Amino acid sequence: MDLDRYRDRERVRELAQDIARLCPSTTVNIMEVCGTHTMAIARYGLRGLMPDGLRLISGPGCPVCVTPTSIINAAQMLSEVPHTVISTFGDMMRVPGTDKTLEERRAEGADVRVLYSVYDLLRMAEEEPENNFIFISVGFETTTPGIALAVLETAQRGLRNVCFLAANRLVIPALEALCASKEISIHGLLCPGHVSVIIGSDAYTPVARQFHIPCVVGGFEPVDMLQAIYHLIMQIAKGEARVENAYTRAVKGEGNSKALEVIKAVFEPTDAEWRGIGTIPLSGLRLREEYAHLDALERFDVKLISIPEPRGCRCGDVLKGLLIPPECPLFGSRCTPVSPVGPCMVSSEGSCAAYYKYEGTGHA
Amino acid sequence: MCLAVPGKILSIDGVAGVVNMSGVEVNVGLQLVPGAKVGDYVLLHAGFAIQVIEEDEALETAELLAEYIFPKDEQ
Amino acid sequence: MHREKVLLTHGSGGRRTRDLIEKVIVKIFDNPVLQRLEDSSVIQEARDSGGELVMTTDSYVVSPLFFPGGDIGKLSICGTVNDLATAAARPLALSVGLIIEEGFPLAELKKVLQSMKATADRVPVSLITGDTKVVERGRADGVYISTTGVGVVPEGVELSPGHIEQGDLILINGPLGNHEASILCARKDFSLDVEIASDCAPLAELMRLVIEAVPEARCARDPTRGGIASVLTEMVEHSGLGMTIDEEQIPVEEQVQGVCEILGMDPLMMANEGKMVVVVPGGSAEACLAAMRSVPEGKESRVIGKVHSGKPRLTLRTLYGTTRVITMPMGNQLPRIC
Repeated sequence: MDLDRYRDRERVRELAQDIARLCPSTTVNIMEVCGTHTMAIARYGLRGLMPDGLRLISGPGCPVCVTPTSIINAAQMLSEVPHTVISTFGDMMRVPGTDKTLEERRAEGADVRVLYSVYDLLRMAEEEPENNFIFISVGFETTTPGIALAVLETAQRGLRNVCFLAANRLVIPALEALCASKEISIHGLLCPGHVSVIIGSDAYTPVARQFHIPCVVGGFEPVDMLQAIYHLIMQIAKGEARVENAYTRAVKGEGNSKALEVIKAVFEPTDAEWRGIGTIPLSGLRLREEYAHLDALERFDVKLISIPEPRGCRCGDVLKGLLIPPECPLFGSRCTPVSPVGPCMVSSEGSCAAYYKYEGTGHA
Repeated sequence: MCLAVPGKILSIDGVAGVVNMSGVEVNVGLQLVPGAKVGDYVLLHAGFAIQVIEEDEALETAELLAEYIFPKDEQ
Repeated sequence: MHREKVLLTHGSGGRRTRDLIEKVIVKIFDNPVLQRLEDSSVIQEARDSGGELVMTTDSYVVSPLFFPGGDIGKLSICGTVNDLATAAARPLALSVGLIIEEGFPLAELKKVLQSMKATADRVPVSLITGDTKVVERGRADGVYISTTGVGVVPEGVELSPGHIEQGDLILINGPLGNHEASILCARKDFSLDVEIASDCAPLAELMRLVIEAVPEARCARDPTRGGIASVLTEMVEHSGLGMTIDEEQIPVEEQVQGVCEILGMDPLMMANEGKMVVVVPGGSAEACLAAMRSVPEGKESRVIGKVHSGKPRLTLRTLYGTTRVITMPMGNQLPRIC
């Protein structure tokens, strides 16, 4: 597949000009819901192409950022049980719990392994029957179907040494909670392209209707993102609030029915805590009754203990789009990628980390 | 949350497939794209294909969008 | 030697150690100084060498030990020779420290040693002294190697980031990321089925030609762990000047780019073992490129950036004409799915 077409300089330039031409003169806040969009915008330097007055704000679509400290602490407690292997995606390794990261736990002697695919988990579990494998399951709907398949496979194969610490989250309830918040000031939502591959662009209709906010699904190449932003600006300029799909080559209205089926077979919605935001009803997933025996917390009798954010941390406001990273008093001083205070600085795609990495601290 | 890359299916063996992405062959699970065939392009995420990408539609879409964004009479 | 594996007794200092050293190590390295089997060796090459003597040391713990394009042995020679090359130093001699895991197959040890010998001959540099230890099974991952190198810098030459000036140009001798991509794929952790060759290569000759053509070159650094992001941010720090690199000019091979896209990694932060970043005055770039391109390790050399009077930080000019800041890598990159 030729990605060059979606990275074409001429198209990017034209789109940037059209966005600038159409953009209303008042401040427009567009929330890029998804952390991968934050990274991609930063990587291609697209912020520099936006007109003044168009603010791109990072939302809570960073599963690593919003995974509660309680989950990370639980993962660390589980890592202390003899003969356990904690397996996780690379993204989770440097997220601090109350006092340390999984990477630091590994340095202390815990067996913590990074996976690219959850399949590697099953392969390792078969090869090492003497170890208990615990998978830290985070992610939104893009990742959840693969995890669900792994749960099904574990159950089918009767693998006794695999279990899951389920911390998957759902995007739509989070968007609804955000938009319902009176404090928020968002004029348009750039919706996550790959989550939308699974849930379908139609899923945003209730959000657009209830809160009168335009929702455009965008892909991740520069042309894709600018086209999506352009559609948003068009709607904002006309006072419209519809769902549009600007990533039709991958996203259908109804999503991926097979993937949705698989999620539903394994998980059910549950209230969930979002780090920096609080508890959002029915915004998380837990294993269904018939798979509860594969739940790591149950198997090892570990409880989740909710931890408040450190004092002074403004991640919640950053996640809600109320603050851009440099506006946080801790940004670049007490809170840096080397010693992060809150989740937005920790994750590779957290707003603050992306800002710090790609735009510098803004202090120089 | 969404790092996924497009690749072309080279071979299928039951629910397992080999996908080529820029000359790199990746072993993927194809359970989520039951209709996928050899030669199709799919989006790869964390070891699974999550969707078949419609390349022709993409071409059409780009043309349609170009028309939409730069309608000839406004230029 | 009738046994197939290296045993703890081979490290104990007695007869068996002597056997391992004489009949395997020294035999393969085949060097008259080593053959004397003394506890210390005279660096004969240092006599009448003129110029400043420089020394560098490095340890090699790579896993897997053998990968496309190289192995730990080749790496241990190239890495140290290239560190000397950053000072434009001609390598005079190397020492070798081997820490071998109990049970390590002798045949594999021989392969590693032969690779070291072949690489050293190519430079050329002699291996004139060394040490061998054997540790219990479970330690040393097969084998760890430590090499120390002594070199001599040509008279009047002093490369340092402190010499960098506004208007200087930043050059690289070829595509980035091959070594780290090679290791990632060879580890087979990530279901990637591709053989990417490491770029592991000694650059002493390349740097000799660079200094010969451009004695006014400012400085050189080999972008190993942390990639060019690491060496360039360090140069920015030391020089106090700003640097910009041009995304369009940065060479990355297609397969390496593919691995980076799949695993969510940045080629600018990937390790290289056959690359040298060279900073030269603007007017000397052409001559420098010609010199670099005259050897195989430099055939794809090009200018990738420049030193300017702006803020003292490293920036990248994107394909779209915008700028982003590149900061010092925080730690080694981990594959991500988000």
